[in-house]
Amino acid sequence: MHAIELPSYKEQSPEVADRMARLRERPVIMEARSITKRFPSEQGENTALLNVSLHARRREFLSIIGPSGCGKSTLIRILAGLESATEGAVLLEGKVVSVPGPERGMVFQGYTLFPWLTIKRNVMFGLQVGGLSDMLAESEAMQWIEMVGLADFADHYPHQLSGGMKQRVAIARALANRPRVLLMDEPFGALDAQTRARMQSYLLQIWRKVDITIIFITHDLDEAVYLSDRILVLKANPGEVAELIEVPVPQPRSPKQFLSLEFLAVKARLEELIHPDSGVEDELPMLRLTCVDDEVT
Amino acid sequence: MSHAPWLAIRKEPPARRSAILTVLSFVLPLVIWCLVSYVPFIWHPLVEITDSGDSIYLEKGGLVDRASFEQENARIASENGRQARGVRANPVYLPAPHEVARAMYTAFTTEPRRPEEPWLHESLWHSIRVVFLAFWISSIIGVPLGILCGVFGLISKLFEPFIEFFRYLPAPVFGALAVAVLGIGDGPKIAIIFIGTFFQQVLVIANTTRKVEPALIEAAQTLGARGATLVRRVVLPAISPHIYRDMRILLGWAWTYLIVAEVVGASTGITWFINQQAKYRIYENVYAAILIIGVIGFGTDYLLGVIEKNLFVWNGGRRNRFFRFIMDPAPPIRARAAAAPGRSAIVREPSEG
Ligand SMILES: Nc1ncnc2c1ncn2[C@@H]1O[C@H](COP(=O)(O)OP(=O)(O)OP(=O)(O)O)[C@@H](O)[C@H]1O
Ligand SMILES: [Mg+2]
Repeated sequence: MHAIELPSYKEQSPEVADRMARLRERPVIMEARSITKRFPSEQGENTALLNVSLHARRREFLSIIGPSGCGKSTLIRILAGLESATEGAVLLEGKVVSVPGPERGMVFQGYTLFPWLTIKRNVMFGLQVGGLSDMLAESEAMQWIEMVGLADFADHYPHQLSGGMKQRVAIARALANRPRVLLMDEPFGALDAQTRARMQSYLLQIWRKVDITIIFITHDLDEAVYLSDRILVLKANPGEVAELIEVPVPQPRSPKQFLSLEFLAVKARLEELIHPDSGVEDELPMLRLTCVDDEVT
Repeated sequence: MSHAPWLAIRKEPPARRSAILTVLSFVLPLVIWCLVSYVPFIWHPLVEITDSGDSIYLEKGGLVDRASFEQENARIASENGRQARGVRANPVYLPAPHEVARAMYTAFTTEPRRPEEPWLHESLWHSIRVVFLAFWISSIIGVPLGILCGVFGLISKLFEPFIEFFRYLPAPVFGALAVAVLGIGDGPKIAIIFIGTFFQQVLVIANTTRKVEPALIEAAQTLGARGATLVRRVVLPAISPHIYRDMRILLGWAWTYLIVAEVVGASTGITWFINQQAKYRIYENVYAAILIIGVIGFGTDYLLGVIEKNLFVWNGGRRNRFFRFIMDPAPPIRARAAAAPGRSAIVREPSEG
């Protein structure tokens, strides 16, 4: 099947196994207990999530991946408190949470910077709402803006920034609030490939420097493997946990690992889970445009 | 630049072309008016008598329609009398542009016919005061109520159905009632404009408020904002440019209600002036007054537009020198990492690598 023989994605080098063991001893920051979510629909009810449980430990990078429509966004919105689960509970450091709060920062796929505030004031927003004085909030915000490399743009408005820059500000804005966990819903989904790669390494750098647990949604397999300690794979209809994968690629990560055997092994496994090979070619209806007679095939 | 297609869908024409088109949109109607006024064979259905000849009833300076004029001349000819003479003319209700232009000035300088009657500028000022007072009263109640309806389902359900019903009642039908309750001064006039504006205003503002991007509210919630803070720091700034836009349109409506309101009770203001001049058959003054209303309305809106661009810079506008001077008093000071005691340790010791 594969051109090269891949090791099992479950095989971990001693260092990785050691890291995983230590990770398991860390305190759980965010926990979801058998979350079920049903949406009312014309045919009664539509189960978007069924019995999904997960826990993210301190300073872990946990990705959630799955086919489109499997309920990833719904899940992370429930974790953030923006939506309530039909059944199940969300716990933050052992306490049940049900409404959004500053301890769970969120970065959305779309751009959600406040267009009427400058970059600096966007990052100051959570700090001011939290009761910090303007002076303190400003100096703190500036440190985060510097951390994402946008100090020169502090007094610009969001509409003057590129997509990648906006997402960096969104990350700074969420982190400035010192959340315990950072929830990210396909934050780089709208970016081009190069910008996305740069943003990934930015995120890894920040994650290494800051005491933050990240729950990261993506549908990009490479992105999931490259960034994560563990990957929670969901399947669709209904959205259920398919598998929880411990990524055997050693930390710290670098783009060079994209071609390492461990990396490819995890990716192959994800392919299997997300795009199961049905063996038969999908039967497309014959349309006028599908009858092409030329040398391509 | 000049190669841009003329009929590009949803594209702003190039700046120069835009300017030319804007000027044209005013010049074209003016040209039509000039043609009708100055070129005799286009319309001119009447004859202005310059010499009554042997006619029994034609008078010098009088206007008759062409058919009667020719009939009369034919009759005179059959009696071998002296022909009446005249030039083709338009009816009095269509004065020529230069007459109206002159009237724009002379209407202000002409003394009222009776000493107790107001001058034109007094009438105008009276109208402006009534419109703005009514709009102001409507807005200080309507805008907050509209925003509350947009934010809170409870308030929306409590007020909007009735308002929705009330707005179908045409404001002028309250004229007699308003006079009975408020007397014949400005009270009923303000009430009519208020009724015409207020109910629309609440609904328009409520709808605008409901259109605030939900993602922005959610983002603010995940940053810890709740309740009144959320409304004050997110909803209000997010909708402010749209509310401003709504207010510009609503002010235009208030102006249209003015004309209805001013004939309620004792006729006053610019409407009184127009009616009075029409009675005297000084139609250039009527046109002048109508144009002045247009100029005031258009000018107010233009001014508000300029202020809008300067107010909401973040929405794509730009501040000019004057507004920069008022609104950005000091150049922004970049407070760089003036480490705040106790909260500077962003980077905590990693518990492990
Ligand atoms: N507000 C809603 N009302 C009704 N159904 C909803 C709602 N939100 C989501 N759903 C349904 O729940 C399911 C999961 O949606 P969700 O947006 O969580 O998927 P997703 O995994 O994020 O997909 P994608 O990768 O395309 O973003 C879908 O079938 C969708 O139709
Ligand atoms: Mg999604």
